[in-house]
Amino acid sequence: MAESALLRVCNLNTEFIIPDKGPARALEDVSFEVHPGETLGLVGESGCGKTTALMSILRLLPSNARISGQVFFKDVDLFGLSEKQMRAYRWRELAIVFQGAMNALNPVMRVGEQIREAITLHGLMSSSEAEMRVGELLELVGIPKERGAQYPFQYSGGMRQRAMIAMALACSPSVLFADEPTTALDVMVQAQVLELLNDIQQRLGLAIVLVTHDLGVVAEMCDTVVVMYGGKVAEYGPVDVIFNDPQHPYTQKLLESFPDLNEPTDPSTDSRQVLASIPGAPPRLTEIPPGCRFEPRCHVRIEKCKTESPPLMDVGENHLAACHLLK
Amino acid sequence: MPDSPLLIVENLVKHFPLNSSLLDLLLRREPDVVRAVDGVSFSLARGEVLAIVGESGCGKTTIARTLIGLEEETDGTILFGGQRIGTHERRLRAGLIPLEAGAVGTREQQTLPRMSLKHLRQHAQMIFQDPYESLNPRATIFEIVAEPLVVHGLLRKREERIARVKSALEDAGLRPAEDYFLRYPHELSGGQRQRVVIAGAMVLEPELLIADEPVSMLDVSIRAEILNLLKELQKKRGVGIVFITHDLGTVAYFADRLAVMYLGRIVESGPTAEVLRNPQHPYTKALLSVVPVPNPRLRRERIILQGETPNPLNLPGGCRFHPRCPVAVAACKQSDPAYIRVAEGHETACLLVQPA
Amino acid sequence: MNESWLLFKRSLSDFWRIFRRNRMGMTGAVLVLAAVMVAVIAPALSPYTPATVIRDEAGRGLTFAPPSVHGPLGTDDAGRDVWTQLVYGARISLTVGFMAGFIAMFVGSLLGILAGYFGGWLDNLLMRVTDVLLVIPDLPLMLVLVATLRQMELKVSPLTVLILVIGLLYWTSTARLVRSQVLSIKERQFVARARAIGAGHFHIIRKHILPQIMPLIVANTVLILSTAILIESGLAFLGLGDPTQPSWGTMLNFAFDRNAISNGAWWFYLPPGLAIVWVSLGCVLLGNVLEEMLNPRLMGHHLEGEARVVKTEAGRG
Repeated sequence: MAESALLRVCNLNTEFIIPDKGPARALEDVSFEVHPGETLGLVGESGCGKTTALMSILRLLPSNARISGQVFFKDVDLFGLSEKQMRAYRWRELAIVFQGAMNALNPVMRVGEQIREAITLHGLMSSSEAEMRVGELLELVGIPKERGAQYPFQYSGGMRQRAMIAMALACSPSVLFADEPTTALDVMVQAQVLELLNDIQQRLGLAIVLVTHDLGVVAEMCDTVVVMYGGKVAEYGPVDVIFNDPQHPYTQKLLESFPDLNEPTDPSTDSRQVLASIPGAPPRLTEIPPGCRFEPRCHVRIEKCKTESPPLMDVGENHLAACHLLK
Repeated sequence: MPDSPLLIVENLVKHFPLNSSLLDLLLRREPDVVRAVDGVSFSLARGEVLAIVGESGCGKTTIARTLIGLEEETDGTILFGGQRIGTHERRLRAGLIPLEAGAVGTREQQTLPRMSLKHLRQHAQMIFQDPYESLNPRATIFEIVAEPLVVHGLLRKREERIARVKSALEDAGLRPAEDYFLRYPHELSGGQRQRVVIAGAMVLEPELLIADEPVSMLDVSIRAEILNLLKELQKKRGVGIVFITHDLGTVAYFADRLAVMYLGRIVESGPTAEVLRNPQHPYTKALLSVVPVPNPRLRRERIILQGETPNPLNLPGGCRFHPRCPVAVAACKQSDPAYIRVAEGHETACLLVQPA
Repeated sequence: MNESWLLFKRSLSDFWRIFRRNRMGMTGAVLVLAAVMVAVIAPALSPYTPATVIRDEAGRGLTFAPPSVHGPLGTDDAGRDVWTQLVYGARISLTVGFMAGFIAMFVGSLLGILAGYFGGWLDNLLMRVTDVLLVIPDLPLMLVLVATLRQMELKVSPLTVLILVIGLLYWTSTARLVRSQVLSIKERQFVARARAIGAGHFHIIRKHILPQIMPLIVANTVLILSTAILIESGLAFLGLGDPTQPSWGTMLNFAFDRNAISNGAWWFYLPPGLAIVWVSLGCVLLGNVLEEMLNPRLMGHHLEGEARVVKTEAGRG
């Protein structure tokens, strides 16, 4: 892909050492690139490693994790930095909105103060400048400035999520990681938050990495999609290709299993289609199958899939998929 | 409606009084109430799937809990198979209605005489949202599925009970059933657990299933399986299903009819395909427009309502949607719109909609 | 039934597998079991009875004989064997501790379950009673109670009085603990499911509430045991034990009264003191480990099982 990548993740491997259970391979050879102003979607089911990938990139994993591979931010290898140097990148360049972040606000501190804290901690501004900045940020995410003096319990769920986004934007990062930013929000509030993300991206020109399980959100928001399964990249490509010409059997089935609002069942004809479904459950990370990780649930598996893990192969322009059946 | 419907709900009201202070009592102030459900009517034919859709706080779960007798309705009528099952009515007749509805905390003591509630529960079962929470972690799968039989004292013979549990598990797609008998919920995946919940609900062979967000906690690839299973049961057994959900996509696949709720009221209802193709109420239109569609070629203009659903403690006057309605006119602040027939079976409550 | 026995065996062996590796828990279990063993086989551990007076060749009582002169632990002021008193005293101390502990556990759990499950006036009453009991200093209260009951000549043994007083005053912490657990369990969905199925209160309590709080009750009982043993020792030390059936506390009381300390007879007062520490330490270690192990929230690692992902909309509609 293009050489001007903002963030390049190369062969990222992450294992968790679990006492008595051996290592759990949470990520294996995960690679992708994020370009300026782009929205990249990391999609997959629970346990597929999408959150682990974020945490690995930002080096925020618990101590029992072992990471290998490289992550380049503007040609700086983040894994080669000391913890102190890394801290300078987190938040200033790479900001994150955590999963369930709206419950992560300190309940006894005014929202504005919490945002100011995020700014002053990095020592970038004097406190009076920071005060101004808090106002700007709140307005940017659509919260009236005055409400910065309120406490989190006076905010609705959607507003708290906005406040968390404002906090992430405090130091004008170049990449915003958003982990399930709309999970547990109602559709209407979800739409508001997604619109806000779109709007911010256009105004500030930042790149967004959106981690989600919701294919609908990906289709609405993203330019490029990484489909993950069992800790590996199953398919990687532009959003239009992934949704309209998926190559990996997992992506295909996943899309088919999504009920389509535009084709409601009509009881008068009773031509009730059956939703495609994927039997079984995703692999446990401590019991990863030796071959392709999707093999036990795959509808088109062949003998080779049981023993050999398929590499990512070029299947089109900027389009990669990991399946033995593809040439 | 052709032949008698399985379930008729008329003007169902459920208010939750807030704890009133001593001062309020002394001043004889009316306690504040949360109007969770505020006059809902619908019916369900045998073997029909009705979806109740809405955002959180719209009252859809309260309806489900009231139907199954977990909450006591404040007012209204529920007819199940032609029989009144509401608690209100019975208690009114027995002179048990308290002067004010301040005693909800002790609803356990106030519910129906046990026999009639038990009777209802033999014929109506509920499936809960969270398969991780709705199974007793210390009971085996056999115990869980057999529990309704034990509670109702049915099939007292051991072999009969085993046979029924086995067939219920197999119908729910857990095969071979014997492998699951002695396992515990934590040994199963989310999808398998929800199948156990379904088996437990179907073991009494009910006529009505109330499914409260049965797939919202499951992974996408598992959701489809559970939906297919419910659909199969509905077709084969002719169970009527009240399907509570926030997800319009699932509704499109699953429901015969659809009722959209906003702040304790149904704002639009009708055959699913008809409502989805031809939504009339501005709320339904907005809701439909923001459902993410898994196709980037179909990115559309979204009608994004600003703000969030108001607190059901202070309902706006007039049409309760008017403060957020993109097309509201002055009259909307004044009068609460009545239901208007738009097409066969398709009704909506909006002043701006012209009757068919 | 066959399968339930199998399941019980399986969960027991699972439990043992984890427990075995817990050093603190094993230490506690060994301490407690050793004390129980000593109490059970007391007659086999000593050729005397606690009342036997050891005499020298001249037929005089061998008073305050140090361990070097007689037996493993010497003799007391009246020439009785201290080791014999210690092993027989284990019987009394443990009986009182266990009985009182079980009464406290039973009453506390029962009231806690009823209050938590039904709420209302029962809950209010119970909570006010526990409030009152919590603010009254227990030792003086018990002193007064035991002394008064003794005076009334109720034709029950002094030990029974002790057991009942301790048991009936120490249920409050268990009741509060159980109540708060029941409050949270009764809001869980599987209880709602049981109600939706049509289950009655008794069924729900027995099948859904009790199994969840049983581990808590077990762990709490072990902890209460140590409290009961300590309280018994305290009361007996203050002279409220049964002098005809000396417990460890009574031994301390004797030792104190008969000037064992000024006589330098450490073998008289040190062993019962250490025995009390031995058992209560054992109970505390065991209880804490059980509490930790049996608490399902603290078990397992998040990557072992299926990670649960909370999907859209968690609230009620």
